[in-house]
Amino acid sequence: MPSVAAKIAWTKKDLLGLENLSKEEIDLILYTAESFKEVTTRRVKKVPALRGKTVVNLFYEPSTRTRTSFELAAKRLSADVVNIEIEASSVKKGETLIDTGRNIEALKIDIIVVRHNCSGAPNILARSVKSSVVNAGDGWHEHPTQALLDMFTLKSKLGRLEGLNVSIIGDIAHSRVARSNIWGLTKFGAKVTVCAPKMLIPEGIEKMGVKVTSDINEALTGADAINVLRMQFERDAGGAFPTRMEYFKQYGITKERLARCKPDIVVMHPGPINRGIEMSSDVADGKNSVILEQVTNGIAVRMAVLYLVGLVKEGAR
Amino acid sequence: MKYLIKGGRVVDPSGKIDEILDVLVSHGKILDVGQSIHIKDAEVIDVSGMIVAPGFIDMHVHLREPGREDEETVLTGTRAAAKGGFATVVCMPNTDPALDNVERLIGLKNIILKDAIVNVLPAGAITVGRFGKELTDIKAMVKEGIVAISDDGSSVEDAELMLKALKNAKVSGVAVIDHCEDTALSNKGVINKGFISTKMGLRGISRESEWKRIERDITLAEKAGAKIHIAHVSCKESVDVIRAAKARGVLVTAETAPHYFALTDECCATYDTNTKINPPLRSPEDVAAIKKALADGTIDVIASDHAPHTDSEKDVEFDFAPFGKIGLESSLGVSISELIEKKVLTWPKLVEKFALNPARILALKSGMLKKGSPADITIINPKREYTITKETLESKSRNSPFIGWKLTGKAVHLFVSGKPVMLDEKIL
Amino acid sequence: MNLKEKAKILDELAIDKTLERIAHEIIEKTPPGTETVVVGIKSRGAHLGERLADKIKAISGSRPPVGALDITLYRDDLTRASEQPVVHATEIDFDIDGKRIILVDDVLFTGRTIRCALDALIDFGRPAEIQLAVLVDRGHRELPIRADYVGKNIPTSTGETVEVRLKESEGKDEVVICEKVK
Repeated sequence: MPSVAAKIAWTKKDLLGLENLSKEEIDLILYTAESFKEVTTRRVKKVPALRGKTVVNLFYEPSTRTRTSFELAAKRLSADVVNIEIEASSVKKGETLIDTGRNIEALKIDIIVVRHNCSGAPNILARSVKSSVVNAGDGWHEHPTQALLDMFTLKSKLGRLEGLNVSIIGDIAHSRVARSNIWGLTKFGAKVTVCAPKMLIPEGIEKMGVKVTSDINEALTGADAINVLRMQFERDAGGAFPTRMEYFKQYGITKERLARCKPDIVVMHPGPINRGIEMSSDVADGKNSVILEQVTNGIAVRMAVLYLVGLVKEGAR
Repeated sequence: MKYLIKGGRVVDPSGKIDEILDVLVSHGKILDVGQSIHIKDAEVIDVSGMIVAPGFIDMHVHLREPGREDEETVLTGTRAAAKGGFATVVCMPNTDPALDNVERLIGLKNIILKDAIVNVLPAGAITVGRFGKELTDIKAMVKEGIVAISDDGSSVEDAELMLKALKNAKVSGVAVIDHCEDTALSNKGVINKGFISTKMGLRGISRESEWKRIERDITLAEKAGAKIHIAHVSCKESVDVIRAAKARGVLVTAETAPHYFALTDECCATYDTNTKINPPLRSPEDVAAIKKALADGTIDVIASDHAPHTDSEKDVEFDFAPFGKIGLESSLGVSISELIEKKVLTWPKLVEKFALNPARILALKSGMLKKGSPADITIINPKREYTITKETLESKSRNSPFIGWKLTGKAVHLFVSGKPVMLDEKIL
Repeated sequence: MNLKEKAKILDELAIDKTLERIAHEIIEKTPPGTETVVVGIKSRGAHLGERLADKIKAISGSRPPVGALDITLYRDDLTRASEQPVVHATEIDFDIDGKRIILVDDVLFTGRTIRCALDALIDFGRPAEIQLAVLVDRGHRELPIRADYVGKNIPTSTGETVEVRLKESEGKDEVVICEKVK
């Protein structure tokens, strides 16, 4: 697969989102991820790049998948890993985020990977500690490593990002995966469409450079790839929310709908899939689906991210 | 003790005065205002090059005492007011406990007597505990000295109750300062609803939540034949509603705060909780509308909505931080930089917003530099350049997005009831 | 830091003859029944590795498999460049178990780069033997590392550097000594 030689160095101690990264910086991450993909195919899936460094997974929202992915990525870089899961109930009563961050810093932790249900929490944490902060998903705001692995997967399947028609389908209003993907893809010149029932289209989203539709057929016609978001029925969205059946009928990706798309259309999903709601099982397991590849690529991308922020010199913090 | 304030540009819109004059102060009152006053036994204060105005009145301040003395006290809050050039402040009743009865009012008055270094005029709550269920004894509180009623921090959700309150206020002759917010529409939001809230992934506060409540309460005021004062106007739709109401003769007045004409929701992009305010910072179009409304008189008053919070309260996730910013020490400087320097208002018009209009709305004898008026005088150096820093704030709290701002124009002297409270920017 | 050229040690012809000679030595020393593979250290070592493989083919008739090794992820602090080193992909698409690896680099200096390469290769598998071929040995070892095949020994001082320039990367073939000047 053709690789672009990276022209710049990584200088940021944190990875908080894709909004404020340049195209070159994103390119560097994707390029670095390729090397790490190679590492994951070796017999000894380990390199000493972050030996002696410690990574903490600070998760305020439970997430076995993302946490495991970051944990493996860190361990394959020979870093030591500690997992801290904070119960949602203890947040308001317990230690503040900044106090928790400072306590972790006092343990001489190099990188804090944080997932939080409040948008902007990683930003606030990053300002208060010298450790590197990597955003593993904050509220509705950003999930940069997910978007990066989505872009990495797209690039490896279709050879490029520029000019691709990518449709993001699902609860856009409450999706950090959508926002990060929009920032990343538009910086590379992809043409992004978002598709959702009207009440799940957030105000002003077209200003991010995307086409907006509530018609699934419009989103699927001519699409080179679709990113199907998880529909969260447990979130409080208010208003006339569709039922599971209604959603599947209007927006579910079925074999029939896929048949009307480009034959090589790439079908992505951040997982975990609600089979029969966002997509049918035969699509999830079908030949267009790259969902499992996304998981594999996730490790390589997260290794690249941890490697790059982990190497930013103390003085730069 | 007599004071001769000599050679300043006296700006007194009540008398349409804007010229170089001397002001003579004696026994707590303005003794004379005229050209080249000669007098032997007065202390002379040379204010050439400065603006001499009636003592400024900030009619929307949270002093936090009793209950949250960690955020601010009457002492520290009035020091901040003096530093900012304010001779009088109206303190809001959302203390802990709320100022909703005579006993608590007397308690506060005692604290004011002991600690305040500028005039502090209390507002009483509209409803008991500010819970919005039962009216307070407005008449009794007015007798004991409140100058306004307000449930500020909350709106009275029950329209019938609000109507009753307005009628009550009319009978007692007290101002109603109305925090207009329909909480069903503001929807637990934390920032202006728009592109910025979408980008940042935060729940948005719609404009409807403000202007629809303003519309409701203006209608209620019309019904009651009562005066109503709309607090902290933030958006253009609200301005339009107020402008239309004034045109048809409703007795409505309105205030805005400096952050609504100096900042937009773009400032929130870094998740700085000092930009988390209710009503929220809005869009550039709203800033333009607010400035226009100040220029054409739709908005009568500039009031800071000084809302102190401690660092530990604000240093949290944006969703969890309390709303509000301090404002007493930045209000004048920001107003001069945004309104005078940018030619939105003239000095006489600015003095109306800070002194004359608040005095009229609250039925005070101050706000003017006439012979016999209380000698509350704010003297401003319009060319003084300075930067707001954490270290130089008098307020106990530091929650201001204006920290680090370079401003032009500062109050340098302040007289309250004929006594100098601040000279050469130093509180005495 | 600027470099001033002091002297040219090898020109295009000399480099070619040197590689030819090394190729002969490698073939000469091949234990019977062993499969030889060539792994060059990116990036110049990799170019030299390709050239050596070509020469071995010209002499013996069969070309050993060639791989390229990126040792960035194995560097210790002292081999790290001042800017953050970019990671390029390693390309070794053959099994190294039981093979004799000819590790190739352009300049042997402190020995730290070779130590990284050895660590990396061990992670890849269990070779029967690893031998080191370098175009230039400039002395000043900091670790007990030695080359099995040396193109040229060039004694240098610490204020000097040895620059290997190749057609594949710099557009011409030459080896020069440079002096660091401020």
